[in-house]
Amino acid sequence: MMGVLGTAQLGMAPIVAHIFSKNDDGSASFGWVIGRILVVLLMVHVILILGALMVWAERRVSAWMQDRIGPNRVGPQGLLQPLADLGKFMFKEDVIPGHVNKVMYTIAPLIATIPALITFAVVPFTGSYETVGGESVAVSWQIADLNIGVLYILAIAGIGVYGIALGGWASNSKYSLLGGVRASAQMISYELSLGLAVVPVVLMAGSLNLGEIIAYQAENTWLIFTQPLAFFIFLTASYAETNRLPFDMPESETELVAGYHTEFSSMKFALFFLAEYANMTVAAALVTTLYLGGWTFFGLETLGWGMGVLIFSLKVIFFLFAFIWVRWTIPRFRYDQLMNLGWVVFLPLTLINVVLTAGAIALDQTWMFFLLPVLLIAAACVATWIGWKRDEDKFQPLPTAPAAGEEGHA
Amino acid sequence: MTVTVKPVRRRKASFLDRLYLPAIAKGLSITFMRMFKPKVTMQFPEERWTVRDEYRGMPVLVSDDEGRPKCVACSLCEFVCPPKAIFIVPDELEAGNNVERGPAVFDLNMLRCIYCGLCEEACPEEAIFMSKNYLVWGAEREDMIFHKDKLYELGGVREEGVKKWKDK
Repeated sequence: MMGVLGTAQLGMAPIVAHIFSKNDDGSASFGWVIGRILVVLLMVHVILILGALMVWAERRVSAWMQDRIGPNRVGPQGLLQPLADLGKFMFKEDVIPGHVNKVMYTIAPLIATIPALITFAVVPFTGSYETVGGESVAVSWQIADLNIGVLYILAIAGIGVYGIALGGWASNSKYSLLGGVRASAQMISYELSLGLAVVPVVLMAGSLNLGEIIAYQAENTWLIFTQPLAFFIFLTASYAETNRLPFDMPESETELVAGYHTEFSSMKFALFFLAEYANMTVAAALVTTLYLGGWTFFGLETLGWGMGVLIFSLKVIFFLFAFIWVRWTIPRFRYDQLMNLGWVVFLPLTLINVVLTAGAIALDQTWMFFLLPVLLIAAACVATWIGWKRDEDKFQPLPTAPAAGEEGHA
Repeated sequence: MTVTVKPVRRRKASFLDRLYLPAIAKGLSITFMRMFKPKVTMQFPEERWTVRDEYRGMPVLVSDDEGRPKCVACSLCEFVCPPKAIFIVPDELEAGNNVERGPAVFDLNMLRCIYCGLCEEACPEEAIFMSKNYLVWGAEREDMIFHKDKLYELGGVREEGVKKWKDK
């Protein structure tokens, strides 16, 4: 693939393709660097604008789900509401309380935001089929074609929680500290399952490169069909990673005022806000890439790279909608319930999943991939049943009502 | 102290209940279907509440069906007003009106008005009425003191009711 966007495939004039392509010896030319910077700027703006639109979508969709209309005054259908919000954030007084650790307090929103933006570098947003060695192979286009894309995303996404924990600690107030501590404890509970849910995907695709994972899915079948349990656990864990309901303990408005960002105002608060929505976009893009074939959709993507962008965007938008949808459906988990879910339910399930997948690959029994969903669902049922038996006494009916004339004493 | 205890029989959580997934799916379907239900929000400046006939809004002065002011500045409303929201300076009206007297100044302080409706009851000329207007606002204190012209403008023409000076 030459150039950033594969300028040759875009059908640009050859002179333009020449400007943005690498030198003949494969080294980076000035034009190539400029072209890449342009694409990076474009992607950053796409995420920022998507984040702004998500604020609008969140308010509209939540309103619809509650029989309301939502913001519809600023611009058509209220679409310019994010601009109005931005104006408000910009002109609000940036209060730095006297009791905070000023350095950490200032850095924390940046640490929360930047990982969310840079993870998108390796996410393939479109691609094309190219003939490599006589075979048609799906080649994905992304900003940085990293061999260890999955590892990179997991590593960078893990940094995001530092911003939240630091923000909570630097604020030097009780609510913020509790929110920050919850964020770090929550991360420990779900990150392991999150990583283990990706392992079967990596095993099956045989690569940590997101582009090659998509190529595998284009060649075989989407991994949601062969790894439904991993998909489900990854999706659930990504809700925890983005601090969204039902796992928004770090923020939990109802008990911690605003959790880790209680003391933040103006653009510092806006950055935390933006980080949350950028993280959601990345999580949605990651689920799409790992389990739903990325920019492929049963051959429809062969129409051109624009179609790939469209398919990818629609899948991402669906998962972004799901984030909002779930938020207004499932109430917040309790702190220990998340721990229980992460350690007692998800961790064993993902481990079993990894072992089964690895076994099927080692034995080269591809038919087992179709058996795996059945086995895994059965395993999930058994695990739940064991838990059920364990807690059975808690669900025993209470003693029968005392006979007439006989009164209980409290 | 004896307390009557009524044991509540709880259904034992079934296996599906413990799995939680069916409940989550059901919840998701409920919220999704809710999105397409009719909305209850009223788009306020465009849509307004309709108020009942007996609603007491801001008091206003009305004109008769020929557009002539009805108030004769008898000051009964001024006297009866519990919070003293009305201030009247009587004056002679020029020829051509149906009455000889009228207010030179009729100030209604809506910061004081308690919407009791006593002015309407006291008025012998049926010149002041409680309107249906529930939107009373002003950017400054002076804006909340409504003068004669504004009150007649808000009141408009009222046709039904007593018309004592019909033949004069």
